Amino acid sequence: MNAPLSRREFLKASGALIVTAAGPAFIGEALAQTAAGAKPPLVPTELDSWVAITPDGRVTAFFGKMDMGQSLDIAIAQIVADELDVAVDKVDVVMGDTALTCNQGGASGSTGIQSGARPLRNAAAEARRLLVHSASQKLGLPAEQLRVDDGVVSAVSDPAKKASYAELIGGRHFHHQVEWNKQIGNAMDIKVQANPKSPSEYRIVGKSLTRRDLPGKVYRTEKYVTDISLPKMLHARVIRCARAACTVAGIDESSIKRVKGARVVREKDFVAVVADHEWDAVRASRMLKISWNEIKKDPFPPMAEIYDHIRKAPVVKREDAVKKGDLEGAFKTAAKVVEAEYEWPFQSHASMGPGCSVADVRADGVTVWTGSQKPHFVQTGVARLLGVPPEKVRAIWVAGPGSYGRNDAGDAALDAALLSKLTGRPVRVQGMRSDGIAWDPKGPASVHRGRAAFDASGKVIGYEFISKGFSRRNIDTNESDPRDSLAGMSIGLPPKPSIDFGVPAEAYGFDSKLLAWEVIPPLLDASSPLRSSHLRDPVGPQIQFGSEQFIDELAIAAGEDPVAFRLKYLSAPRDAAVIKAAAEKAGWQPRQAPRAARSGDVLSGRGIAYAQRNGTLVAVVAEIEVERKSGRIWGKKFTVAHDCGLIINPEGLRYTIEGNVVQGLSRTLFEEVRFDREKVTSVDWLSYPILEIRDAPEAIEVVLINRPEIAPSGAGEPSIRVVPAAVANAFFDATGVRLRRAPLTPERVKAALARA
Amino acid sequence: MASIKFAVDGKTVTVNADPNMPLLYALRNDLKMSNPHFGCGLAQCGACTVHLEGEPVRSCVMPLSAVAGKKVTTLQGLGTPEKPHPLQAAYVEEQVPQCGYCINGWIMTAAAFLKKKPKATDAEIRDALAGLKCRCATHAAIMRAIKRAQTQMA
Repeated sequence: MNAPLSRREFLKASGALIVTAAGPAFIGEALAQTAAGAKPPLVPTELDSWVAITPDGRVTAFFGKMDMGQSLDIAIAQIVADELDVAVDKVDVVMGDTALTCNQGGASGSTGIQSGARPLRNAAAEARRLLVHSASQKLGLPAEQLRVDDGVVSAVSDPAKKASYAELIGGRHFHHQVEWNKQIGNAMDIKVQANPKSPSEYRIVGKSLTRRDLPGKVYRTEKYVTDISLPKMLHARVIRCARAACTVAGIDESSIKRVKGARVVREKDFVAVVADHEWDAVRASRMLKISWNEIKKDPFPPMAEIYDHIRKAPVVKREDAVKKGDLEGAFKTAAKVVEAEYEWPFQSHASMGPGCSVADVRADGVTVWTGSQKPHFVQTGVARLLGVPPEKVRAIWVAGPGSYGRNDAGDAALDAALLSKLTGRPVRVQGMRSDGIAWDPKGPASVHRGRAAFDASGKVIGYEFISKGFSRRNIDTNESDPRDSLAGMSIGLPPKPSIDFGVPAEAYGFDSKLLAWEVIPPLLDASSPLRSSHLRDPVGPQIQFGSEQFIDELAIAAGEDPVAFRLKYLSAPRDAAVIKAAAEKAGWQPRQAPRAARSGDVLSGRGIAYAQRNGTLVAVVAEIEVERKSGRIWGKKFTVAHDCGLIINPEGLRYTIEGNVVQGLSRTLFEEVRFDREKVTSVDWLSYPILEIRDAPEAIEVVLINRPEIAPSGAGEPSIRVVPAAVANAFFDATGVRLRRAPLTPERVKAALARA
Repeated sequence: MASIKFAVDGKTVTVNADPNMPLLYALRNDLKMSNPHFGCGLAQCGACTVHLEGEPVRSCVMPLSAVAGKKVTTLQGLGTPEKPHPLQAAYVEEQVPQCGYCINGWIMTAAAFLKKKPKATDAEIRDALAGLKCRCATHAAIMRAIKRAQTQMA
């Protein structure tokens, strides 16, 4: 059996070596050359757009999303291998290249498996059906008398009568139409004549197979987007004013004349320096003298008043997402009312490296190498920015320095394209650290108000939870419209804000209930360093920080244990199951009040939180230590119970959950974008600290609840949203004090304990 | 401009450049090495870490002039798929990296530390790795990999 090829080896073998002196060569061309007929156009209605059999019988799956290291590559290979009855190491997954894959929406909403795998599964099943049909004709036997073992179709009665996939179609195309649901993005799917297998027939799905992207990363043989290099490529740094709300007043180009080959490139308020050597571009960006006009005085409120600002700001849109029962009546007749408010700051993607992209704009076509998690939307955005048809633009995703939403990679792609157009040369642009923290789109700041009515028996009869904050999509979640990019806004395109937030995702069966959100205007209409967009699990951590702490407060107010209280109001079995599983695994000791014994400097506590997310259920128990003198919280142990339906790859799922928990802990304890009246002052890792290894948990236990009968839902985000409240609830258990403002910094801990 | 000679991963190289230029740019641009990575340019994250005479340094702030005549080792020079460093092997076995952009810092720092203190405790390992960042938050897997590598190195 052939050893599996790494993605890079595969691309090389297929003629798609990304960068050569002669310019890019494409996989599609290589396939076309080996095929009897030309490859059909890349449209979702062609089976060849989804799956191919190579001359040596390997399988290529064309996946219109990408894997950022959360095991999607291997999971898709497992699904395709099972449907086609081939060994998993014969399946190569090509991802995120607009010339090779359909627009399945890129990484988005943890849908890689949930929706991304569907058309691949269907295509693989259909390919198997066609291949068995072809073998049936060749062997002169009916299809029902044939079986498939590792890509070889043979007679059930006589294994010597056989035909391999390679013989049947290797290197050629199916030229077979499938029915497309006419959806672009996450919802894209196809209908085929074949029936995909039932879960009981899976042999590869459900196994913990090792990811294939690891050696390339660990031995550094795989290229990142930052490593893409083209002949005659210029290095660029975009010049952004430290202060928000500025336009360019003047540029002293002579200030960089001492830097060899460096020059200024400008269109309106978009300014960059370019040079042949990256260091010269960096030096020039530091030396350039540029003066700015302030178009708005003090665009931001004082940071200390941000939550007052949110409370007082006008509501531009409100949505009552869940409304049932007689809420007003419940509060009128209530024996007791409990109220609380919770606050969550702006947070940054703060990717491991600043966004980077390489663009080559030529008269006959445009190529953009991007770390954006949505390359198909980069294609659209670049086409619109440059005024060329989208089919003239090829966007190629290459692993970048982090992702987790609409980070600065999206801006870098459009920056690079504009600079390549303006200079007539290929351009590589990467930001400096401050571009990745001060200027990336932010997760929105918000305030959350909970109010509940109890009757005389201690039953919750009315429940209200209202979030108020900045839109989760002041700029859109992808780059398909240049008005949502810094480059677009800098050349004067008008902003196109979207207004959206969210509500708690839970199933508590209170008699009357209102879950609502209210969005306020942005602080600055365009080019704001505090413009908001999607950050991993958009608005999930902040909403659940409030709602799952509030549920805890209600449990204590009712004199009940927080686990028992949740179970009392949850009738849905899957919701109850994750709570029970997490509590049992963690050895939960019921308590109706915070721990009484509080001697010594180190206090211990445990808390629980639960939530849903688009079909996935998750509960986590946090066990923490609080150092009273220093104010430090240590998230010592987390126990997660996770139900996302059918599990494709248990180990991959486990590691994805671990990353969610620890990233969630970082956002809970450390992360807050700082700003003054005129600019973001979080510019590096000192002014925007994230979790370091001393603060990482000692243990993370994961209980995976597999439900083969239920279609898989997402796992890339659900488990991050329950971490903040679980930690805050554990803090209350340890100290008897509530922390209702995130992050739970040592200063806030000390202040809260001093007040208590 | 200066002509500066040093060794990288066992090979002698000469770079003609601004002596104040950080080593990182010489490695990535002049020598066309796709590792290490630019993370912050401020010695605050570790993504650019290399060994200088066996000691981990942040190449994003190390002036090129400071490495003249010295030996630099990158992650590619630490081990290969055929001859992996125990930490690299452990990183694959424990499936540590997600985006993987940060790992030069973790592996190069841990490799130098474990060489000096192969039987370090968990607390000592955590202290030795202070200042390194991983945005994918793979810290739990990082600890598992280091402990696995320790059993190979002890």
